[in-house]
Amino acid sequence: MSNSDRGGSPVSFSCPSPVPKGEVIVLGHGSGGRLTAELVSRVFLPAFSNPLLDRLNDSAEVKVGASRVLFTTDAFVVNPLRYPGGDIGSLAVNGTVNDLAVAGGQPIGLSAAFILEEGFPIAELEAIAQSMRTAADRAGVAVIAADTKVVEHGKADGLFITTSGIGVVAGSIELGPERIQVGDAVLVSGPIGDHGIAVMSAREGLAFQTTIVSDSAPLNGLVSLMLESGGALRCMRDPTRGGVATVINEVAKGSGVEIVIEETLVPVRSGVRAACEILGLDSLYVACEGRLVAIVDAADTAKVLAAMRRHPLGRDSCRIGTVTGSGAPRVLLRTAFGTTRPLDVLAGMQLPRIC
Amino acid sequence: MKFVDEFRDAGAARTLIEQIHKTITRSWTIMEVCGGQTHTIVHYGLDELLPSEVTLVHGPGCPVCVTPIEMIDLAIALAKRPGITLCSFGDMLRVPGSTCDLFDARAVGADVRVVYSPLDALDLARREPLREVVFFAVGFETTAPTTAAAVRQAARLKLPNFSVIAAHVRVPPAIEAIVSSGDNLVQGFLAAGHVCTVMGIDEYRPLVEKYKVPIIVTGFEPVDLLQGVAMCVTQLEQGRAEVENQYVRSVKNEGNITARDLMAEVFTLVDRRWRGLDTLPKSAMALSDRYAAYDAIGRFGLTQTPVDEPVECRAGEVLRGLLKPPQCPAFGSSCTPDHPLGAPMVSAEGACAAYFRAGRVAAAAMEAK
Repeated sequence: MSNSDRGGSPVSFSCPSPVPKGEVIVLGHGSGGRLTAELVSRVFLPAFSNPLLDRLNDSAEVKVGASRVLFTTDAFVVNPLRYPGGDIGSLAVNGTVNDLAVAGGQPIGLSAAFILEEGFPIAELEAIAQSMRTAADRAGVAVIAADTKVVEHGKADGLFITTSGIGVVAGSIELGPERIQVGDAVLVSGPIGDHGIAVMSAREGLAFQTTIVSDSAPLNGLVSLMLESGGALRCMRDPTRGGVATVINEVAKGSGVEIVIEETLVPVRSGVRAACEILGLDSLYVACEGRLVAIVDAADTAKVLAAMRRHPLGRDSCRIGTVTGSGAPRVLLRTAFGTTRPLDVLAGMQLPRIC
Repeated sequence: MKFVDEFRDAGAARTLIEQIHKTITRSWTIMEVCGGQTHTIVHYGLDELLPSEVTLVHGPGCPVCVTPIEMIDLAIALAKRPGITLCSFGDMLRVPGSTCDLFDARAVGADVRVVYSPLDALDLARREPLREVVFFAVGFETTAPTTAAAVRQAARLKLPNFSVIAAHVRVPPAIEAIVSSGDNLVQGFLAAGHVCTVMGIDEYRPLVEKYKVPIIVTGFEPVDLLQGVAMCVTQLEQGRAEVENQYVRSVKNEGNITARDLMAEVFTLVDRRWRGLDTLPKSAMALSDRYAAYDAIGRFGLTQTPVDEPVECRAGEVLRGLLKPPQCPAFGSSCTPDHPLGAPMVSAEGACAAYFRAGRVAAAAMEAK
């Protein structure tokens, strides 16, 4: 930039937009990254603040008599509604089941609310409802409450679904980032990024073909085997929107630890790698809907991995990193070249509306 | 993955780094021209593996970064007119104009759409004949051929509702502007391999002869870049200044003749103001007289009002290799990918965004102390 450019007249404020910058919702607010966190801190935490919500966990745990009850909710706006390996219906069931599962809970019931756009084909809705039923049966849970609203044509993108779920936690299970200790191992239950790439491959305008299918699946069976293994599980997360990098950052922040991820150990299918190359994405930020990240006592790594690998959804489980220090929370990635760089939460967005 | 894995091989990288260590005897400043190369360097931390004598500075080769503010303002103004659908690449939609970007315009009702190719915009125009579809065509010689193909196709189809804002630019005038400026620090260039895949390498020979700087046509993977640096350091140490082609698996001397012919037919070279580099002669591609009917600027009677950059944003110095992103006071504080002040913080190819995404904010804070 020349001196005349930099020292010239002040910037003209003749923006045609009537709304000041940062004062309207943009797609990045739904990315699961920094902007989402900013929105939650600015709008929702001040409005709703309470000890259960403020922990910002996947599920909130409440005591009902002697029982430990989990409650969670999630909205689904995936585009397109169907993609290789799933659809918005199975996604809405699995997403909520998994938020309960990674908190150590077994689901006992789901609710589903449907926002339908005028003109949406009923046959398609039937197929999606059937897909929800199949997914719920697979997870061993039922949809026990539901609601329907219809909006005018053009006021919604076909169909939006919100599911909520309640679950129960066995008395002895204690999970949470505060339990993490230096030296713990970081495990992942299988190859990452399959769901995000499957959805993108089906999206209009992205004409690439892939054999990748979504990993969308209920994790409660896998979690049961992990809990039964007797290994010291500290904390689990399902790396949905924002991917593995985002949940590991959440865990680091929640526990005040430094975590080092080994890039060469992170399992990524070749089809996902290729698609990420073409689209300019980093697979560590691409959504999974049937994977979990677990932090375990390093001494129990073999025991927990053996249990995970006994389950079909955990066959390719492996260790990807280590909790290396305490104090300043941060996540580092060690590359194949031996260099290390911070692995931060997603800034901006990769592509809109992955899930 | 073939053609990728072998160029990310840690062993091959180590060999090249050792070779550079053996060759180098003094300090050299080398600019990688293309933002894709910058991204690879920062992503893999390649600069940390090189001897301290090598300083890599990041060039202007981020297409959205050099698009002048006034063209973005013009696109925003056009997008807000009724009946207009404005299409562009995703990155372009987030580049700030005077005070807002195209996504902001969309948030308040403009019909702005992300496309992955100008041919997608052409299809949109065919499917929605009642809307005027305008493609905001940005990019270097790599994306210009697809815009040319879309314009020629529109003419063949006699499609009345398709037009483009042609904002394509060329690499050689930018290299010449950098190397000929009084404050230039760059002693050798890694030229952008994909631009040369289209254009070939001959247009770089006059620059090498006139300014006595080595230019290495270089690819985008870690091993490509390290090999490019090794070739450049070897030339510098030997006092040579030649055009060399590291990216032989993609670049032929003559380039892609079909693409070049298409560009020659559809575009004409014009002077253009660049963000950070002032007005550069014959640095941009406008539609030729034969295709003038598809020029959105003429069709909609748009006028460009030159706009100054925000003073706080020092993107111009970053784009000329005079400043590294963390040296900008706004970097990581008032300027982040979520709230960018300038284009290099927006695009995946922008140097500031590459540094930010690679987590070099904390490192910058430590340097500042």
